[in-house]
Amino acid sequence: MTEGKTAPMNIYLSCDSAAKSLGAEQVAKAITQEAEARGLSVDLIRTGSRGMVWLEPLVEIDRGAGRIAHGPVTPDMVPALLDGSAETLGPVDTIPFFARQTRLTFARCGITDPLSLTDYEAHGGLTGLRRALAMTAEQIVEEVRTSGLRGRGGAGFPTGIKWDTVRQAEADRKYIVCNADEGDSGTFADRMLMEGDPFTLIEGMAIAGLGTGATKGFVYIRSEYPDAIATMERAIRLAREAGWLGLDILGSGRTFDMEVRVGAGAYVCGEETSLLNSLEGKRGVVRAKPPLPALEGAFGRPTVVNNVISLATVPVIFEKGAQHYADFGLGRSLGTIPLQIAGNVKHGGLFETAFGMPLGDIVNDLGGGTASGRPVKAVQVGGPLGAYFAPHQFDTPFGYEEFDGAGGLIGHAGLVVFDDTADMRGMARFAMEFCAVESCGKCTPCRIGAVRGVETIDRIAAGDTGAVEILTDLCETMKDGSLCALGGFTPYPVMSALRLFPEEFGMKEAAE
Amino acid sequence: MSHQATTAEPGEIRAIIEAERHREGPLLPILHALQSRFGHIPEAALPLIADALRLTKAEVHGVVSFYHDFREAPAGRLTLKLCRAEACQATGANALAASVLDRFGLDWHGTTPDGAVTVEPVYCLGLCACGPAAMVGERLIGRADAARIDAALAEAGA
Ligand SMILES: Cc1cc2nc3c(=O)[nH]c(=O)nc-3n(C[C@H](O)[C@H](O)[C@H](O)COP(=O)(O)O)c2cc1C
Ligand code: SF4
Ligand code: FES
Repeated sequence: MTEGKTAPMNIYLSCDSAAKSLGAEQVAKAITQEAEARGLSVDLIRTGSRGMVWLEPLVEIDRGAGRIAHGPVTPDMVPALLDGSAETLGPVDTIPFFARQTRLTFARCGITDPLSLTDYEAHGGLTGLRRALAMTAEQIVEEVRTSGLRGRGGAGFPTGIKWDTVRQAEADRKYIVCNADEGDSGTFADRMLMEGDPFTLIEGMAIAGLGTGATKGFVYIRSEYPDAIATMERAIRLAREAGWLGLDILGSGRTFDMEVRVGAGAYVCGEETSLLNSLEGKRGVVRAKPPLPALEGAFGRPTVVNNVISLATVPVIFEKGAQHYADFGLGRSLGTIPLQIAGNVKHGGLFETAFGMPLGDIVNDLGGGTASGRPVKAVQVGGPLGAYFAPHQFDTPFGYEEFDGAGGLIGHAGLVVFDDTADMRGMARFAMEFCAVESCGKCTPCRIGAVRGVETIDRIAAGDTGAVEILTDLCETMKDGSLCALGGFTPYPVMSALRLFPEEFGMKEAAE
Repeated sequence: MSHQATTAEPGEIRAIIEAERHREGPLLPILHALQSRFGHIPEAALPLIADALRLTKAEVHGVVSFYHDFREAPAGRLTLKLCRAEACQATGANALAASVLDRFGLDWHGTTPDGAVTVEPVYCLGLCACGPAAMVGERLIGRADAARIDAALAEAGA
């Protein structure tokens, strides 16, 4: 225990909304009050999240020998924390869940003050942008291509190729649109990044502007993320004031500026063309492609639409070099991926690692199995349009092609764990119901099919096993006849539930 | 989101429209600003927006009705959102929602007779590693249960 009223003490506490939802603000208040009452000199620094959500609110105390972790903390534990008598988890970076990560995109998240320009630069920020400013647009795009970065929004399209199309398009104006609509259940990487290290996204978008000739950016954030919206808005203002954005970025004479746009509660607006319609102030209906957004995107101009994580990974690629990034991963899935481990799981949170980890290791080693302590029944990977996986598929390595080959998709890398009490027919029904609620209405297989799907599953529930065949046909129609992945991929969760748990649909064996 | 239902004066509506109109694609920002001021999109705003943006009133209405967020009538003084999505279902969201709705005697989107609380479904709040998730006004609740929701409602004055 450190004696003396003036011994300086730095306390770190996350301001991430997951931490807040678990009481971080009450803990912050207790720390300030108790320190004041004791006349202690305490610096309470609010950071992003380390991603160990089951330990939130996580308090880290540095008395000069590094950051020692405590969590989950409640306000009544604060006196013992300040005494130095509270139980600890040891140095935060030795906690296995944290120590085992390869944090490239999230390198600063949880460590720095998200809105401190000085912290940002002191931890490697702007190195990438400075390097990009000395390169031609062609070299910038080539660097991204070499890194192997693929879109983290779900489709996995090579980012460098998309940028090159925009770079080569002739237009009076081009745009960078960041897709921060993150509607998939089980995902929160975009939110955590925007709340915990917003300047990374700004830097990535500025580099995208330099690489493609775009001078204006939009971050389209879902309205369900008020904290992320507020943090991004403040960060953009600070970056502009510091000359990182604007007419003369970092004194280079180059221009890039950006603003936040707020969604309005439509899941389908995460689909890029629907998002563009929404941005333009229209109904968020999906557009037919072609034209590609890269050629005719926002306001009819060439536009890069990229996910938050895709863009926020660009700075570290330029900081450490494309090859450094490409040296991680497996097959055609290069670099790292922020896994989001969610649902009924003991150690839920965000774990950034190289592609390739088997699904079972993620669920059992990292996640520690279910929170309920019951056996794992299924894991839904890739959001509401992703397939369910059962434990016999747990050797599937986490990669785009590998999951595709196993009848699923990795999507935005969310994993939702269910224990053996899960009602899989109910989950299949929910998938159809969600599709019906969120359909943009443009195509019949999706708009009508999803409603039919709910009715058909209800018939199965009422004992009509003949309806299983109707459900299978309906899924086939939705898959083949839908314009976008909302209608087209809803069959993934439905059919995987049916295939893995036929008995819950009144079938005796696999319904292939 | 604890707005008072205020009568919308055309002058004030016009001022709100003017403040956002310079943007590229100003319609959603205008609608958000109106809703944050009035708690819903006042009917009287539609022709004014249409006029300012050179759209038809039907086009503006089409946009308002497309998005789940925009209300055509005011909600209760406080909105309680309960996450219904998969990760929260894995941690008991269905039972929680059933008990909350049952206790208020409401269906989804319903408002208590005293106008205090509206209960809305939401599909993911990004708190999927600490579900079930709920939101009372602007306050997020992780690992929500009936007691924590009640405490938050009481604190918000519902
Ligand atoms: C229904 C639907 C919802 C989607 N939601 C999102 C989303 O929330 N965030 C996202 O980045 N991409 C989403 N996508 C994928 C986008 O259409 C697009 O592929 C992506 O933004 C491209 O960026 P990337 O190449 O960086 O992944 C969605 C697609 C569909 C069909
Ligand atoms: S599949 Fe559904 S959401 Fe997608 S375009 Fe068709 S109707 Fe719209
Ligand atoms: S699924 Fe409920 S918060 Fe994400």
